[in-house]
Amino acid sequence: MAIWLTKDSKVIVQGITGSEGSKHTRRMLAAGTNVVGGTNPRKAGTRVDFDGTELPVFGTVSEAMKETGADVTVIFVPPAFTKAAVIEAIDAEIPLAVVITEGIPVQDSAAFWSYNVARGERTRIIGPNCPGIASPGASNAGIIPADITPAGRIGLVSKSGTLTYQMMFELRDIGFSTAVGIGGDPVIGTTHIDALKAFQDDPDTDAIVMIGEIGGDAEERAAEFIKANVTKPVVGYIAGFTAPPGKTMGHAGAIISGSAGTADAKKTALEAAGVKVGKTPSETARLMREAMS
Amino acid sequence: MDLFEYQGRDLFERHGLPVLGGGVAQTPPEARAIAERLGGKVVVKAQVKVGGRGKAGGVKLADGPDEAQARATDILGMDIKGHTVHKVMLAETADIKEEYYFSYLLDRANRTFLCIASVAGGMEIEQVAHEQPDRVARISIDASKGVDEAKAREIVAAAKFPAEVADQVTDIAVKLWQAFVAEDATLVEVNPLAKVGDGRVLLLDAKVTLDENAAFRHPDHEALVDQSAVDPLEQAAKAKNLNYVKLDGEVGIIGNGAGLVMSTLDVVAYAGERHGNVKPANFLDIGGGASAQVMANGLEIVLGDPSVKSVFVNVFGGITACDEVANGIIQALALLAERGEQVTKPLVVRLDGNNAEAGRAILDGAKNPLVERVDTMDGAAERAAELAAAGK
Repeated sequence: MAIWLTKDSKVIVQGITGSEGSKHTRRMLAAGTNVVGGTNPRKAGTRVDFDGTELPVFGTVSEAMKETGADVTVIFVPPAFTKAAVIEAIDAEIPLAVVITEGIPVQDSAAFWSYNVARGERTRIIGPNCPGIASPGASNAGIIPADITPAGRIGLVSKSGTLTYQMMFELRDIGFSTAVGIGGDPVIGTTHIDALKAFQDDPDTDAIVMIGEIGGDAEERAAEFIKANVTKPVVGYIAGFTAPPGKTMGHAGAIISGSAGTADAKKTALEAAGVKVGKTPSETARLMREAMS
Repeated sequence: MDLFEYQGRDLFERHGLPVLGGGVAQTPPEARAIAERLGGKVVVKAQVKVGGRGKAGGVKLADGPDEAQARATDILGMDIKGHTVHKVMLAETADIKEEYYFSYLLDRANRTFLCIASVAGGMEIEQVAHEQPDRVARISIDASKGVDEAKAREIVAAAKFPAEVADQVTDIAVKLWQAFVAEDATLVEVNPLAKVGDGRVLLLDAKVTLDENAAFRHPDHEALVDQSAVDPLEQAAKAKNLNYVKLDGEVGIIGNGAGLVMSTLDVVAYAGERHGNVKPANFLDIGGGASAQVMANGLEIVLGDPSVKSVFVNVFGGITACDEVANGIIQALALLAERGEQVTKPLVVRLDGNNAEAGRAILDGAKNPLVERVDTMDGAAERAAELAAAGK
């Protein structure tokens, strides 16, 4: 088992005919994901061949769900069209929408999040600007490389894509139940807390590694949640200890403004909640080994 | 992107908000001409993107064009907390009776927007917020509903604006929200929002931050970029679509993915503590799926920084293929040599993930004495710091 994404998940791709969408559909299929189709209103009714697997293209998410029983959508459309794509997924009430697209205006993310809340949050949104979710050996929705690690009993939640890969690589001998990349934007759907809660409740996850970065106070809030609710061991890593204030470090959300959002503040909060925090990815991996032994 | 006050003032004016007449000058004669146009008393304000300019002497009153020119001469070129003043804004003066505070901003924690308003505005607003938090109203705004008249009245009531300005503030609240949305702002802050002698409520200052992710639907925002503040290397990187931030150390950094690059900066800084206190010279994220060309562009920018003494290329190939990265490094070095720009700075390269074996083989095969391969992130950071310290 894993959280949110299992071998039974049926995945569609919004933007399946685009360059990113088709490249990653091919990779997801190769990883064993049950991709059942995709959408593109201008190519509805056609079929696309992916190295021998022919997939149907539908006009809308709701049509695709009706025809294929899909319960996960991965969104690869360009930033200008992402808000509409996510709202379409919410309207279709698909249980999980993974938004890979990077560079979405924050007013658009805030708008689709508000829309989702107003409709009772029937859709779990992961992202935007994230690598997606992978349950090694079972399914892969997004762009996380499938061959870094086999299945295992660590759960991972991270704001950063490549740090997710790095951490999976460091701990590949133990393996992961699920890795969730929640994205580094200021407004995101699934939070560290959502993932921590799911991992705490997942019988196949024994320990959790949580990766944060400068900006906002999500890690501080996660620390409070851990203190009150998480009994499994949690190990943390924060990127950006030496980042200067006022400079945006790549992710739109990674900026230290005034005294808020520093890596030190996050580390202190996590340690107060009993979370061991590594100074580097390799030290974090070592702390995880200790926690699991 | 943070705007200068004068850019914010202009933006407010375009959206029909009540501001005082004003203009921006880069030279004392320009300041004089604006003062002549405005007539009477004017205020001359340093345009810097940092707080506390009033206390630093960057805001002066002037009685007519002669004085305006003299005050502009004083203020232009001044240093305010490390920011050189290149422009002054001249504005009409106002007979301020009351100072309020009003802002809209992104509320990350609640994934929505927030209005902060207070009738205790002015220079001490932060102290008020700290000591008398009940005098500062915080009203959450639903991103899908925004601020209509009813919501604006709710804000006015929550912040306890006096009855005689309620209608004006309501109108301002609605229009300011419209400007916030129309321009894709993440912050608009007005301090003070002031009641003046004739009873009008005016926006007397403007702090505006625009969302750079929304640039694709605001071609006009490009013109608001402050070219004088853009580092030439950052500019060159931007022209090549690279995500680069100049820092002040000696170890050039190239990596893929914002999180991994931030982490690389940290690991290098820690290693630097053991090697002459060298620090990262830059942040450079070549992004996902980078080609050899992108790698070559990145290397060219980093090697173009004279303070760089060594370079650390740290790539974990997810989509990015390590053989492409390796080819990019070799191509970039060959290209620079062809141009006669002799590269003398050592490179430490760590490749893992997608096609790492092939990438390592390419580097080994090239036998370039400047390129050293270290297969762990910590080990490579240590080596890059050591080489930078030796080159200092």
